[in-house]
Amino acid sequence: MNRVLALLFHQGVLDEQFLQLQQLQDESSPNFVSEVVNIYFHESEKLLKNLRGLLTEREFSDYKKMGIHLNQFMGSSSSIGAKRVRNVCVAFRAASEQNNRAGCLRALELLEHEYCYLKNKLHELFQIEQQRVLAAGVRYPMQR
Amino acid sequence: MESDHFEEMDIEVLSSMWPEDIGTDAGKQFNVEEKPKGDQDMLEEVTIMEEPTIVDFKRLLELTDYTEKGSSQLAYLIKHWEYKQANAARLLREELDSLSKQREEVELKKLEILEEHRFEEERYGDKRPISILDEVNDFWQEIPRRKNDVVVQNKRVEIDAKYDTIAYWKQQAMHFEKLLEGSIQREQILTEKLQECLKDFERQSSPVEELSQILKRADNFLHFVLQNAPVVIGHQDKELRYRFIYNHFPTLHEEDIIGKTDVEIFTGSGVKEAQEFKKEVLEKGLPAKREITFETDLFGSKTFLINVEPVFSKSGETIGINYMGMDVTDQVRKRERMAKLREEIAVQKAKETELNKTIHITEETMRAKQMLATMSHEIRSPLSGVVSMAEILASTKLDREQRQLLDVMLSSGDLVLQLINDILDLSKVESGVMKLEATKFRPREVVRHVLQTAAASLQKILTLEGHVADDVPIEVIGDVLRIRQILTNLISNAIKFTHEGKVGINLYVVPDPSSGKGEASHQTLNAAEANGRKEEKLEKHRSTSQTNGDQEGTHGQTQNESAYRNHHLSDESRTPVKSQAFVDEAAEEHPHSFETTVWICCDVYDTGIGIPENALPTLFKKYMQVSADHARKYGGTGLGLAICKQLVELMGGRLTVSSQEHCGSTFTFILPYKVSTTSDHSDDPDEFSDMADHDEATCDTTESFFQFQPRTLGSLFSSNGGSRTQKFLPHTTGYIRSNKLNGFSETSYSFPASNPRTRETSSIDDACSVVDDAEILCESETSSSHRPDPDNQTAACRGNQCQDDANCESQNPITDPTHHSEESIEVAVAAKTRELPKTDQRQDKFGISPQCVSSRSKEIPESTLQPRILLVEDNKTIVMVTQSMMKLLGRSIDVVNNGAEAVCAVQRHSYDLILMDVCMPIMDGLQATRLIRSFEETGNWDAAVKAGIEKVVPCLDSLQNGLGSMSSAKRIPIIAMTANALAESADECLANGMDSFVSKPVTLQKLKECLAKYLP
Repeated sequence: MNRVLALLFHQGVLDEQFLQLQQLQDESSPNFVSEVVNIYFHESEKLLKNLRGLLTEREFSDYKKMGIHLNQFMGSSSSIGAKRVRNVCVAFRAASEQNNRAGCLRALELLEHEYCYLKNKLHELFQIEQQRVLAAGVRYPMQR
Repeated sequence: MESDHFEEMDIEVLSSMWPEDIGTDAGKQFNVEEKPKGDQDMLEEVTIMEEPTIVDFKRLLELTDYTEKGSSQLAYLIKHWEYKQANAARLLREELDSLSKQREEVELKKLEILEEHRFEEERYGDKRPISILDEVNDFWQEIPRRKNDVVVQNKRVEIDAKYDTIAYWKQQAMHFEKLLEGSIQREQILTEKLQECLKDFERQSSPVEELSQILKRADNFLHFVLQNAPVVIGHQDKELRYRFIYNHFPTLHEEDIIGKTDVEIFTGSGVKEAQEFKKEVLEKGLPAKREITFETDLFGSKTFLINVEPVFSKSGETIGINYMGMDVTDQVRKRERMAKLREEIAVQKAKETELNKTIHITEETMRAKQMLATMSHEIRSPLSGVVSMAEILASTKLDREQRQLLDVMLSSGDLVLQLINDILDLSKVESGVMKLEATKFRPREVVRHVLQTAAASLQKILTLEGHVADDVPIEVIGDVLRIRQILTNLISNAIKFTHEGKVGINLYVVPDPSSGKGEASHQTLNAAEANGRKEEKLEKHRSTSQTNGDQEGTHGQTQNESAYRNHHLSDESRTPVKSQAFVDEAAEEHPHSFETTVWICCDVYDTGIGIPENALPTLFKKYMQVSADHARKYGGTGLGLAICKQLVELMGGRLTVSSQEHCGSTFTFILPYKVSTTSDHSDDPDEFSDMADHDEATCDTTESFFQFQPRTLGSLFSSNGGSRTQKFLPHTTGYIRSNKLNGFSETSYSFPASNPRTRETSSIDDACSVVDDAEILCESETSSSHRPDPDNQTAACRGNQCQDDANCESQNPITDPTHHSEESIEVAVAAKTRELPKTDQRQDKFGISPQCVSSRSKEIPESTLQPRILLVEDNKTIVMVTQSMMKLLGRSIDVVNNGAEAVCAVQRHSYDLILMDVCMPIMDGLQATRLIRSFEETGNWDAAVKAGIEKVVPCLDSLQNGLGSMSSAKRIPIIAMTANALAESADECLANGMDSFVSKPVTLQKLKECLAKYLP
C-alpha cells in the first residue's frame, strides 16, 4: 500500500492533501478516505459527462458553464489531493477561457485519462488497504 | 652522311634553345662593367646586338678560370667543340675516302681501258668491257651517267652496226679519249672539292667563334628573360662591390653602382641588414634567402626578397656572391594584412569560444542550480509527507519499541529535511533567488534566542554565553531570519565540535571596515591571522575580554582560554562592562559618521577541537569537511558554513575564521545594519516574543550578557537583572513556518520531542533552519513557562495563539485579561483535541498573571459552548473533507450548498464564522457575502429580499443564545475558500467583504490557523 502511495506521490498523481485526508480517518470514521473518494468519483463522473456533453453536443459550447464545472472539479480534486487531475483542470479551464475548442477537447481527453488512472490506482489502494485491515484483523487475535 | 645529318639536328636543337630573333633592342638595361658607353643613361644603353662582346671577357675569363661553374661551363663548351670537331674530321675523312675511292676506281678504269685498248688492239672486237665501264660510271652522279650510259649504249648499238670498220675503231679511240678526259676532269673537280672542304673545315674549326656564338645566344636569351623579369640581379665580389647588376627599374646610373657596395649606394634602414646578410652568406658559403625591408630615400619603403648565392672559386673559396632581389612589398603587405586578419579572426574565435563556453557553463550552472532547487523542493514535498505521517503515527498509541523505531525514523527524516533545506538555501543564494528582507529586530534578542535554543538542545556539559556591547543599538534593521540562521549555524557548529568548555557569542559595533580598517592598535595574537581579514576585531575583543587576566599571553589561544576563565571566575557583570567600555572607546574613536548604517561584528567562539590550518582554505567550500574522519565522527553535510558565508556575503558582510587546533575556533562575521530611527513596532514576527513579554522587554533591551550553564548544573538563566530559575522546553526543532502571519499554505511539521537524547542529530547538524529556531524561540518565549509536557502539538497551538495575541498586542499594547483568557481557551482546546495530559506547572514569569492561569479552568466550560461555524460549499468532496477536519479539530459545522442557502442560514442562526466557497451555483460566495454584510450594516435583509431570498424568521436557538438581535451589530468573519489562490481573486474576496481567504485544498493546518484567528 505504501508503495502504491509512494508511487502515486512520486508521479505527482497525489499530493499532501491526500495525506490530510488520511489523517482525518480515525476510529469513528474508519472508511473516511474511501467514502470521500467515492463521493469524489461519483461527482467527477457526473462532471466529466457534463463536460463531454458540453463540448461535443453542438458547434457552440457553453464555455462559461464549462468553467463552472471545471472549477468544481478542480476544487474537489484538490481537496482529495488529486494533483494531476487538478493540474489538467487548470489547463482545461485556461483553454475554456480562451474559447479554445481544440484545446478543450485535448484537455478533456487528458482529464479523462488522468481521472481513470487515478481511479484505478485509488481502487487498487483501497483494495490493498482492505486486505491489510482484514489481515490485521486476523493477526490481532493470534497475538493475544 | 648520317653523322652530318645528326650534327645538323644537334645544331637545330641548340638554336631553338637560344632564340636567334632577339631584337636589336634587346638588353638595353644590361650593365656590364667594360662597356664603353657607360656614360649614357642605362635605358638608352647599348644595344647588345651592335656589340656582341657584351661580357667582360676578362672577368669571364677570370670566372671561367676561378669558378667551378665557369670551368664546367668551359669544359662543356670545349667538349662540345671537340665533339663537333671530331664530327667534322670524320666527315672530311669520309669524304676523302670516297674521293680517293673514286680516284682509285677512275684509275682502275683507266687501266682497264688501256688494257682493253691493248686487248682490243690485240684481238679486235671484244665488246664485253663496255659494260664494266658502264658500271664504273654508275658510281658518281647517277643521272647524268645514265644519260651517258644511254648514249653509250646507243652508240654501241650504232657501233654494232659497223663493227669491223676502221672508222669504228677510230671512233672508239676518240671516245675513250673523251672518257679519259672526262675522268680527269672529274678527278679535278673532286680534288677541288676536297680542297674546298678542307678550307671550309679550317674556317669552321675556330673555337672562339663558336663559343662566342653560343655565348651570344645565351646572352640573348638571358636578355629576353630578364627584360620582363621584375627582379634585380647582381653579382658582387668579395668586398661586396657590385660587378654586375641588372635592374628592371633602374634609378641609378651604372657608374653609381658598379664597383660600389650597398652601403655606399644607399642609405636608410635595411641597407645595412642586406649588407650584413650578404656578408654572412659570403662567410658561410651557403645560399640563403631573406626578406629585407628597405626604407631608403631612393625608392621609399619597400620589401625585397633577396636570394644570395655564394660563388666559389675552384679551390672552394668564396669569391663573391650572386644575388637576386625581388620586390615583394605588396605581397608582404598583403601577407601582413592577412596575418593580422587571421590573428584577429583567431582572437575573435577564441573569444567566441570562450564566450560560448562561459555561456554554456553559466547556463549549465543555472540549470543545475535550478534543477537542484526544484529537486530539493520536489523531494521536500513527499518527504514532508513522510515526516508528518510519522509524526501522526507518533501521536498514536505505540509500545516502547515502536516508539523508539519511530523516533529514529523521525530524526532521520528530520535530518534529510534539514539537508534539503540547506541545499535549497544554497541553491537559492547561488542562483540569486534568495531575497533578503529588511525587518526591524533586536540583536540582543537574537543572541539570546539563539543561545537559548542551543542550550535547550544541548546534550553536553557546555557553558553558553553571550556578550552584547552597550553601543550595539537596541533595534537594527536587517534580515533577521538569515542572521539568525547564520548565528544558529555557527553556534551549533561550535557546540558540535566542542566537548567541554564554552561556546559564546560576542556582539559589538565596529567602524565601517571600508573606512577604518587599520584602526586596531592591538598586538597581533593569532597564528591564523593570515586567514582572517579582520582579526583586529577579534583581537580587540580578545584583549578586552581578558582585561582581568593575564596580559602576557603570547598566544591568541591561550589568551582566549584565559579570557574564558576570566569569564568563569570573575564577576560576571564586570567583564562585559569593561569590554563594553572598551568598545565604546573604540566607537568613539570613530565618531558616528555612519549615521544610518552600523557595522556590527559578531564573534562565535568555542573551546573545541579547532581547525587545522591546512583545512582553513576549504572550510567554506561546499560539502567540505575538515576530513573524512571528522565527517564520520561528527556527521553533517558540510553545507552549513558554505551557507553561512554565502548569506553573510549576500548581506554585504564578511565571514572569517581563526582557529587553533585543539584549542578552539572563532568565527567572526561583520554585517552592516541600518539603525531604525523610529520606534514604532512593526509586525515583524520576530518581535512577537518581545511584545508578548513586554514586561521584561525593558530589561531585555539593555541586557548585554547571557549565560547558560550546563543543564546538569541546573538550568540557569542569568541576565543583568539577576538569575531566575528557568527550565527550557524540551528540544523542539522542526517547526517550519507554522507561525507565519498570513498563514498561507504553510506546512507544519510538528513532532513531539519526547526524548531529546535520541534525536541528537537535529541539534548536532550544523545547519538548523532559522525558521525553525524562530519558531521555537517564539514558542519558548511566548509561552514563558516550563512545560515538562513535551507535547508539541499543543505547544504549537499555544505558540501560534500567543503569537496571534502578540500580534493583537502589538496593535493594542494594553494587555487585558481577555487575551490571556483567550489564550487559555485555545490551549484548553488544543489540549482537549489532542487528549493529552497536561500538568499545570506553568510558572508565569513574563507577565501572564496567575489569575489568568487559574481562570482557565473556569473558562474551559465556556469554550465548550461551541462557536457555530457555517460551511458554504457545493462540492461534496470538499464538504466531507472539511467536515471531517473540523471534527478532528473538535468543531462541528453546519453545511449549506450555495450562497442563497447561506444567506438563509445566516438569517436563521447566528454564526461565529463562515467558510464560504466562492464559485457556487445559484448564488456565489461573493454575492452571499455582500448580502450578509449589507444585513450587518443595515440590520435588515432588504438586499437579500431583493436578490430573491425570502426572509426567514430567526429560529429559537439564536434567540435563546441571545445573539439574534445582536448579530446584526456583530460582523461575522467570512472566510473565502477559493480554488485559485491568485492574488486578484484574493482581492476580489476582500473587496466583497470577506475577511480572509483560504486557498484550496483546505488543510488541517490552514483550518486550524483560521479558527485560531477568527474564533477566539
